[in-house]
Amino acid sequence: MQAEENTLEKVVFETSVEIKNADGLHMRPAMQFVDVANKFECDITVSNKANSVDGKSIMQMSMLAATCGTKLKIKAEGVDAQQAINALRELVEEEHFDEPTPSEQKKR
Amino acid sequence: MKFADFVCFEAIIPELKAKSRNGVITELVSALDKTGRLGKNNSKEIIKAVIKREKEASTGMGKGVAVPHVKSRAVKDVVATIGQSSIGIDFSSLDKKLVYSVILLISPTDDPDRHLQAMEYVFKYLQDEKFRKFLRQSKTAEEIEDLLTEVDENSSI
Repeated sequence: MQAEENTLEKVVFETSVEIKNADGLHMRPAMQFVDVANKFECDITVSNKANSVDGKSIMQMSMLAATCGTKLKIKAEGVDAQQAINALRELVEEEHFDEPTPSEQKKR
Repeated sequence: MKFADFVCFEAIIPELKAKSRNGVITELVSALDKTGRLGKNNSKEIIKAVIKREKEASTGMGKGVAVPHVKSRAVKDVVATIGQSSIGIDFSSLDKKLVYSVILLISPTDDPDRHLQAMEYVFKYLQDEKFRKFLRQSKTAEEIEDLLTEVDENSSI
């Protein structure tokens, strides 16, 4: 994670996350992601190898087809970029959208 | 993945009779059931499950489209159909607007990646204003099939 110099409130933060829930980024998790993203003022871009999409648009996020194990890059630009990156990273990697990971799913 | 891989063209409904969300879901699942794609005696359970899913969170993503979906043991691969309503259906969409094109997907329970791939393909085109417009202007099942086939062919180039 790195921040550029804060000139004219142009703050950029980036992080890389891995999808950990077994079902991947289907519509419900994608909605959670968009809901969190929309709480922040900064612009949020999410990219996989092929596409970069608007992290605040549910349709665009659904286009990522991020399966379990997929790595995504999240980029935030704006005054609250750091908080946004922290919140989104937590949602994806720590809470994994309140869904089971593949190993948790097997135990059930 | 392409529309032809998962959309059941015989189950497309160019003008839905139903005027409510639940009615549309019932009509579309029944159309799929008639083609035999849902096995035997599964349609009632699937209709219930799709409506339950829809109540939890609307799949009306805005811009006049909704994508109700559910996982079911009745299918081995993703099966989908499309229904159009000229009067518009209240799907409790995110943008609070009526829905004119409904794409219903039934996905297998044991292949989440396949479901994501189908959704990716659907949204790639639903995002496109021109595609949404062409879909809405289609008056017959043949016109819808032609549109999907055309899109499939161009994306492969």
